[in-house]
Amino acid sequence: MAATDKAPAGIVTHLSLSPRVLLQAYRAYFRKTFAVQLQYRASLLIWLIGSILEPVIYLVVWTTVAEASGGSVGGYSAGDFAAYYIVLMVVDHLTFTWVMWEYDYRIRLGQMSAMLLRPIHPVHEDIADNITYKVLTLFVMIPVVLLLIWLFNPVFNTTLWAVAAFIPALALSFFVRFMLGWSLAMTAFWTTRINALNNSFFVISLFFSGRIAPLDVLPEGLQTVANLFPFRWTLAFPVELFLGRLTPQEALVGLGMQVLWLVICLVGMQLIWRAGIRKYAAFGG
Amino acid sequence: MQTLRIIGTYLRLGALGELEYRANFFTQILQSVLSLAVSLGGLYIVFDHTDTLGGWLPAELIALVGIFTLMGGLIRLVIQPSMQRFMEDIRQGTLDFKLTKPADAQLLVSVQQFEIWQGIDIGLGIFILGVATVRLGGQVGGWQAAGFAAAMLCGMAIVYSFWLMLATVSFWAVRVENILVIFQTMYQAGRWPVNIYPLWLRSALTFLVPVAFAVTVPAAGFTGRLEWPTLLGALALAFTLMAAARLFWRTGLKHYSGASA
Repeated sequence: MAATDKAPAGIVTHLSLSPRVLLQAYRAYFRKTFAVQLQYRASLLIWLIGSILEPVIYLVVWTTVAEASGGSVGGYSAGDFAAYYIVLMVVDHLTFTWVMWEYDYRIRLGQMSAMLLRPIHPVHEDIADNITYKVLTLFVMIPVVLLLIWLFNPVFNTTLWAVAAFIPALALSFFVRFMLGWSLAMTAFWTTRINALNNSFFVISLFFSGRIAPLDVLPEGLQTVANLFPFRWTLAFPVELFLGRLTPQEALVGLGMQVLWLVICLVGMQLIWRAGIRKYAAFGG
Repeated sequence: MQTLRIIGTYLRLGALGELEYRANFFTQILQSVLSLAVSLGGLYIVFDHTDTLGGWLPAELIALVGIFTLMGGLIRLVIQPSMQRFMEDIRQGTLDFKLTKPADAQLLVSVQQFEIWQGIDIGLGIFILGVATVRLGGQVGGWQAAGFAAAMLCGMAIVYSFWLMLATVSFWAVRVENILVIFQTMYQAGRWPVNIYPLWLRSALTFLVPVAFAVTVPAAGFTGRLEWPTLLGALALAFTLMAAARLFWRTGLKHYSGASA
């Protein structure tokens, strides 16, 4: 398939489908991704080690700092850090996406051609794949969380409304991160070196999403920069909300920012997708 | 002598192969800079709040970052690519070609693939060690340098034996690459000195995956906090693992029947 000026006929450039068809499609996707992922149980576990080890490392670093500087740093005691990083691990796990690491080879090896010929937008299969992975790995995540609670003695003092507001915040995080990841993945239509871009994205988000340190602990300059990116709204915000560290006003501002980024991402993703499939020239396959 | 010539030949082959893909050089620079940003950025944020971390001063942890970068570069330069190729060779039966060559097959397998752009991390690691030396203010004396060199060599030997033993498992079970991914993940914990981790994690990083011997022990040597028992322990472990890896390799090789014929 050569690059043409117009998207070839029959290729789906929009997201809408009748809800009934969509529901059927998702059921089929879930069955398929479930069967596929069960075949890669070992890989699933190995992926999980990374998602568990990183928060544990920073949790240990910050607990060490807190204990060395009289019990607390930037308003976090050792127990607060433990609670922060355990919740962060769960939120990060539930909302992260790896689709941008897959598009490189999907496009390089020409697998994209087959996906484009199906009468449904490929984003749906990616969403189903992501949810299946989360459901499967939850069976490991829950005992790990209990183990970490036992090992690190976290201090939780949250409120009921904060936990209730956390649920939509979590859902919004998932969608914003997914759409961001998908937009990033689409740059693979233009460059075959998308992994360099992915790595940069990863490192920027490490600093500004509250993973390397809670945002209140960052030096002031970095805290200001964090406001420019969506990352704090998709990770640090739901975590702080769940822990009861935010006022109702702050919670509303955060939810508002999440909705704003969701709209930006949805529009951006549509534009990039439409431009991208026009650009697409299959390699191989 | 012949050993060096073989290594030199494979290094040249690797260089010739990679020089055709010069853009990879820039990708690798970006990759190295990003990894360094994570390490040094983390130090910057931590030392905004404290003067020492687990008994380490900022300049000492910069030295640790240098060693982390240097050791990671060495692993990705030759150990990791060679072992990956070795496992692939077992699966496809192409290991036969290595075994029929008139040189020690373990050596051939261990140096068969160089990814020369990873040398950037080695250079960068040495540069950071230089910066750390200046910031430590000439604290690095002769004994320290010797201790550091010995610990560094032990670390390399331990990591190499560890990888070889895991890769050798491929003679029996075909899919072990997954285990090697665990090493790459666990290696990230080496950005920080292992003494800050709780006992269970420290033990895992010392004996399950030898990150402590690869990074923290050499860094302890560099900053003059290495004690004799630790160094002797590292030496003993290095020799034991080298011998065990050799033995394991021989046993595995006897088991190999080829897959190509």
